Amino acid sequence: MNEPAGPIGVLAIQGSYHLHLRALERLGVKSREVRKPGDLESLAGLILPGGESTVMSLLAREYGLFEPLRLLALSGLPCFGTCAGSILLGRGQGQPPRLEAAPVELLRNAYGSQIDSFTAELTLEPLERPFHGVFIRAPRIVKLDPPARALGIHGGLPVLVECGNLLLATFHPELTDDLRVHECFVKTCAQGRTS
Amino acid sequence: MKTKHWEEKVGLARMLVGGVIMDVTNADQARIAEAAGASAVMALERVPADIRREGGVARMAPIQRIREIQSTVSIPVMAKARLGHFVEAQVLEAIKVDYIDESEVLTPADEENHIDKHAFRVPFVCGARNLGEALRRIGEGAAMIRTKGEAGTGNIVEAVRHLRLIQSEIRRLSQLRPEELMHAAKDLQAPYELVRQVSETGKLPVPNFAAGGVATPADAALMMALGAESVFVGSGIFKSGDPAATARMIVRAVTHWKDPAELAHVMEDFGSPMQGIELSTIPPENRLQERGW
Repeated sequence: MNEPAGPIGVLAIQGSYHLHLRALERLGVKSREVRKPGDLESLAGLILPGGESTVMSLLAREYGLFEPLRLLALSGLPCFGTCAGSILLGRGQGQPPRLEAAPVELLRNAYGSQIDSFTAELTLEPLERPFHGVFIRAPRIVKLDPPARALGIHGGLPVLVECGNLLLATFHPELTDDLRVHECFVKTCAQGRTS
Repeated sequence: MKTKHWEEKVGLARMLVGGVIMDVTNADQARIAEAAGASAVMALERVPADIRREGGVARMAPIQRIREIQSTVSIPVMAKARLGHFVEAQVLEAIKVDYIDESEVLTPADEENHIDKHAFRVPFVCGARNLGEALRRIGEGAAMIRTKGEAGTGNIVEAVRHLRLIQSEIRRLSQLRPEELMHAAKDLQAPYELVRQVSETGKLPVPNFAAGGVATPADAALMMALGAESVFVGSGIFKSGDPAATARMIVRAVTHWKDPAELAHVMEDFGSPMQGIELSTIPPENRLQERGW
């Protein structure tokens, strides 16, 4: 695998950022915690972790990260959002304000409360064997417009979506020891930006 | 050892890392908490400082009040049940709260037995003062541990003690030889399998959050610096002079705990914490942390 040209940033405001950093470390990839605009310089990619999208959106706006993040995602920087991170990359009604970088509409907490959280074996296009998907108070992807494309479907709904260099997962690959989805993303980062 | 839906239970705890979970008693407080950036709210009848002052039996919050909180915020809603009161817990599960805190802050319903948390679909968080207590709770099915601290005092000293103790006991376990672990389990009064697991991995199998006595942004940052993964704040917010501002500052302090310059900036206008209580003035029998074992 080619090395990405710079570190991969992980938005470290709140949520599962430690788990993403650990996944990158296990893949032997350089990473950087992102809390302020200066942390965004010369990244080869960016991960928006799971957690609470309201908290991430609010603090990203306060710390002047929101607009730079949006511009980076729109300019072709590879970005990978899991659960709350996918909500931020996409669109949707109501709170919180989102980056709207992908033409993907997500409905928050759409499966219900925590007792409706579930796991499922997922068939994902880039992977030969099934992937163990952990869904925690997960969003539903209710609408996809081209060029966004589903790479995995569960219960009739997309759960992994690719749109140019953006990758959105409504489940949490970072909660498992299986690095294959992260590996796909790192490959995209190694190929560099496309516009 | 794994209970049903264990991955989902611990999974939600891991999503709450690096955030602040705030005690709220009604929908208005929940709205303030969410707007300030709380990653979850904890519904309870009265905040610990009021329970301590007013006395009486403290129970789970009224259903109607919890439902109002659930319909007001989109972040996870937790609620407290009394130690051992599995029916309060069943009711909280029936109304679909996202997490249950089997909490020493409420008046215990059972002085010997905690709730069998394996039997539930909803995850539980429990308080602990030391590693043995943490592992007993995990053995019963808790998917998140928090320090007990001394709730309702606005005094961080007990939470510091509990957090440091749990960590030093974990460090000690990880240096033991395999044949020494059964004796360690006996000393800790903890399940052997969990003792072995902690010794191997050097950490608890579930996230470890801080709680009990957090009153200022600096207290919250101290908890993170001592290795807590997230912070619960009880009376510290709604017993402060300006709850919205205090809540906002504590959230930012938890995100930027590594950066003293940013902390100074966050705390610039912080002026009215809750007054707080010196621990030596609370006789041991009145300490909430002594409830449960």
